[in-house]
Amino acid sequence: MTEDVIIVENLTKIFNRNLVAVDHISFNVKRGEIFGLLGPNGAGKTTTINMLTTILKPTEGRAFILGYDVVKHASIVRRLIGIVPQEYTADEDLTGYENIILCGDLYGIPRDISKKRAIELLELMELMRFKDKKVETYSGGMRRRLELACGLINRPKVLFLDEPTLGLDVQTRSAIWNYIKRLKEEYDMTILMTTHYMEEADSLCDRIAIIDYGKIVITGTPQELKNSIGSDIMEVIIKEGDDVTNILKDIDYVKEVRRRNDGSYIVRLGNGEVAAPLIIDHLRQKGYHVIKLSISKPTLDEVFLTYTGRAMRDSEEARETIMSQRITLRRARR
Amino acid sequence: MTLKPYDGVKLKAMLQGFWGLTGRELKKWMKEPIILFMAIVQPIMWMVLFGKSMNIAGIFSPAILDEINIPDIRIPGSLLNPQIDGVITIPNYVIVENLRSTLSAISLKAMESVFGVSDYFSYLAIGMISMITIFTSTFSGMSIVWDRRLGFLYKVLSTPVPRSAIILSKVFNAAVRSIFQSTIILGLAIFLGIRFSSTFSLLNLLAVYLAIFLFSTGLSSLFLAFALRSTRHETQMAIVNLFTMPLMFTSNAFFPTKIMPNWLQGIASINPVSYITDALRQLTIYQTNYLTLLMDFVYLTAFAATLSTVGIILSWKYLTK
Repeated sequence: MTEDVIIVENLTKIFNRNLVAVDHISFNVKRGEIFGLLGPNGAGKTTTINMLTTILKPTEGRAFILGYDVVKHASIVRRLIGIVPQEYTADEDLTGYENIILCGDLYGIPRDISKKRAIELLELMELMRFKDKKVETYSGGMRRRLELACGLINRPKVLFLDEPTLGLDVQTRSAIWNYIKRLKEEYDMTILMTTHYMEEADSLCDRIAIIDYGKIVITGTPQELKNSIGSDIMEVIIKEGDDVTNILKDIDYVKEVRRRNDGSYIVRLGNGEVAAPLIIDHLRQKGYHVIKLSISKPTLDEVFLTYTGRAMRDSEEARETIMSQRITLRRARR
Repeated sequence: MTLKPYDGVKLKAMLQGFWGLTGRELKKWMKEPIILFMAIVQPIMWMVLFGKSMNIAGIFSPAILDEINIPDIRIPGSLLNPQIDGVITIPNYVIVENLRSTLSAISLKAMESVFGVSDYFSYLAIGMISMITIFTSTFSGMSIVWDRRLGFLYKVLSTPVPRSAIILSKVFNAAVRSIFQSTIILGLAIFLGIRFSSTFSLLNLLAVYLAIFLFSTGLSSLFLAFALRSTRHETQMAIVNLFTMPLMFTSNAFFPTKIMPNWLQGIASINPVSYITDALRQLTIYQTNYLTLLMDFVYLTAFAATLSTVGIILSWKYLTK
């Protein structure tokens, strides 16, 4: 089945009449996919999610979840989806169990059903031991798992994950990835997630859309995106300080050479393994001695760099956003 | 895709959302008894310290006669008609005795005509029930600001729960808190010697709770509406501080409006605090005037209905991310 569960057409959001947060983006998400929106902070990922989850009204364009328009049928859409926001939204004064039951109440799920589901979800997220502890005592990873459990109480067909591992350490992060994979299989969901961690997009997502300044730059599977650059990356360090950019450029396979400030060279080239001996020979003939040479396969970082012309950067954000991220980070690190 | 299972139980689902949110607020409240204590400290201090020290009836106390040297009254017989010989002497103890009973009567009459009761403590104690209700209701707006900042509001907004349920749960919670705290204050007032009128009964107590409920519903709806878009609790604090003091002093909570200048009386006559305070006094310490009481309740009902409707309508439009 390759039905499109999420359809986005020219979705646009303009704040205060001049700040274009999301700029005519279009994409489709197929049933059962994990689709990732990858981009730096402030690229418009969260705004996109907010529009798809009916929290914000789009300025222009349309979006459909399971065939329902997110503006016209907002209340139907709300029942069909689950959301795990970037922030921690659980009430710290309540216990984990109470929080999940409250979520069930908000969806109007009868208590006898939501109680059963809460236990099931707590078990799945391995939080049973802490179910009657106040959330303020939870660690960042536990909170994130609780958020996942809350987002699933209504058995959503489509799950939205906004920066699911923001502020977590590396181990906790990969644990959360495993939980997400398990959830997807258990509940047969379609997942749309945002992230600004390249590894996360690479290891979790079936398909990725790179988003920057509110626009989708390219869409594809992680492998497709990496292949699309069509080259390896080589780092070369030579002994002498002269600029050898032009020498490198004349060698076969070499596509592009950049000289870094520290005197090393970043060479983009096809078939790096074959080109490496050529480069060493060539430089030796001209009297330069290669100290170090390394070849790397392209990562999504390079993909991002290639398509946006920049490395991932942090941009200026509204006070509220920074505020809430700071709160999230502080709680995550406890 | 069928949605049938939901459609039939929409109202039930809405009520469940409302009770879920209300339950959350009450749980949070009960887990922090210190907050409850802090909230009632101020009205209690007013009631105990101000109410007991401001002994207005004492101004007319007959005890002052002991400090004044009252002479005998001597009337020469020649001034009388018909004239008699000698002098008529009215001894001072007769005069003092007369003045004593007259002063007592004046004191009672003055207190009753100005305050409606013979002691200021009873008058102020009931005013403090209004005060705690004002505090609790105006602060309800703060919780929406915190929910927004801590992300909780975001989650609630992303669920199908109606926006009105979010507002109404907070309004209801403020009313329940007000009633609970008022009960504590009333209990303490009884302990300290509040004097109920002969018309007071248990049924009146239910009406007291109804009045508190109506007033708290209106006032908390208003302050929640102020807070719908707010992201800064400082702003909300400033609004609360700006309003509470004038609300108290332009009403009959501390002093009767009839001894106020005209312009102040005008303000007091539209201030809802005057109506709840009067209703509470009619029900407890006054001989109930049913017409006045009815008017108080009509005003309070209109106040609650109007502002909660406004609050709900504004929440549809402005309660967003």
